Amino acid sequence: MKKIMNAAADIVRESCEGFAVAHADLVKLNHDPLFLYRADLATQGERPKVALISGGGSGHEPLHAGYIGRGMLSAACPGEVFTSPVPEQMLGAIKATAGQGGALLVVKNYTGDVMNFELAAELAAAEGLEVQSVVIGDDVAVQDSTWTAGRRGVGGTVLLEKIAGAAAEQGASLAEVKQVAEGVMAGVRSMGLALSGATVPAAGKPNFTLTENEIELGVGIHGEPGRERAQMRVADQLIDALLGPIVADLALKRGEEVIALTNGMGGTPLLELYVAHRHLCRQLEGQGVRVARHLVGNYVTSLDMQGMSVTLLRASSEQLRLWDAPVVTPALRWGL
Amino acid sequence: MNSAQTRQFLQLYAGSIHAHAQQLTDLDAAIGDADHGSNMERGMTAVLAALPERGTPAELLKSAAMTLISKVGGASGPLYGTAFLRAATSAAGKEDLTPQDVAQALQAGYQGLIERGRAQPGDKTMLDAWEPALHALPQGVAAAAQAARTGAEATRTMLARKGRASYLGERSIGHLDPGSVSSALLFEALAQALEHNT
Repeated sequence: MKKIMNAAADIVRESCEGFAVAHADLVKLNHDPLFLYRADLATQGERPKVALISGGGSGHEPLHAGYIGRGMLSAACPGEVFTSPVPEQMLGAIKATAGQGGALLVVKNYTGDVMNFELAAELAAAEGLEVQSVVIGDDVAVQDSTWTAGRRGVGGTVLLEKIAGAAAEQGASLAEVKQVAEGVMAGVRSMGLALSGATVPAAGKPNFTLTENEIELGVGIHGEPGRERAQMRVADQLIDALLGPIVADLALKRGEEVIALTNGMGGTPLLELYVAHRHLCRQLEGQGVRVARHLVGNYVTSLDMQGMSVTLLRASSEQLRLWDAPVVTPALRWGL
Repeated sequence: MNSAQTRQFLQLYAGSIHAHAQQLTDLDAAIGDADHGSNMERGMTAVLAALPERGTPAELLKSAAMTLISKVGGASGPLYGTAFLRAATSAAGKEDLTPQDVAQALQAGYQGLIERGRAQPGDKTMLDAWEPALHALPQGVAAAAQAARTGAEATRTMLARKGRASYLGERSIGHLDPGSVSSALLFEALAQALEHNT
């Protein structure tokens, strides 16, 4: 393993420190407990009515801290690499940013994240803070049943945080922001594939290995296995393999509009992601589905994994309006 | 089980986690996310650092619980934290726990695990070490530790229904559940602490 790091145990803290220096105009860092939050909240006098707070294991950058700022997240709680943050981080973030209307926690559906956010919400409620949670699971590679941990939260999280964040910025109530978030969850689906495993710094070796001709189809953002270990194929056929299950699960129909995210896992060049996006759009347009908005790049990553994912949101005009609303964060910035 | 034995149990468990950290991480790499060993090692190191100089068994267990909840993250932090917290609540106010008190505290911890994790025995989780251990406890802690180890070994043939391993479906079969192995280490540390000083 070769990584640009000092000690594996310090990598998250040191990266957060660099991030906070680089984006001092947008975010502030709280060291203990560790969380990052909007720099303009202290001086703004008036916070948005509802704070939108997320968090999760590190290793998925720019998720979540890259989405802190006007029109998106109020705060983010980074855990250790691929490990959920702990309740005191979320509690600290809630206290630092919650508005008069409380806070909405955005939780990706993983066993550890759900338990730690659940404990945090219990602690916050015990202190009289109004906190609600949404748990996102958009990964169609996972069979959703009571006999599994359920679908994982992956690329759809970015779309949810953008759209719900816009609603919060515009002064929506806690119930309204939650409703907007749930609206996104109902219409967003993702699927990913890996060409290689990812190397967790503390583990020192890839979490799985693939031969030259193998891909992991339906991979999760922590290298969790997917639907099958399949044969490598050309780009257009890789996209077809991701798109089919998503379109089927969403039951997308002719005439509908989507927001499409072609997402890199961290180790795949943009050169390749645009090849993928080209075919994605052609296929959708061919099925009569209009790609109303596009996002291409590394938005929800898995350390150094080579691979990609596709996320589609069946978008209403209201969701498109919230998507277009101004956003000023380190990783997403438009509509200024 | 007095304060000294409780302290010794926590020290032995921390030492055992340290010695087996790589093994736990490797087990987790096979069916999870390769962090169970490093998380538990970080957590138990912090538990020892934060342990008060004095205190009843319950106070020491509660301190350990709060440290695990606040330091570990992942699923193992809330789960072990909840188990220790429930055990502490069950043992509250007593200077020296009788075997019955210990059994009750462990039973309370086990209930906490079920509630927090929404799992059942047979789901290929920690419970598959705890359940047989509690069943064997009337024969003594050494028997409980042995049953926990056997229970952990038995997870090899199980299909994971909870946690990250559940994403593997059939492919989870053939691997040990890392949480059940760290639970077996816990019962072994407990047995060692109690045998040593009685």
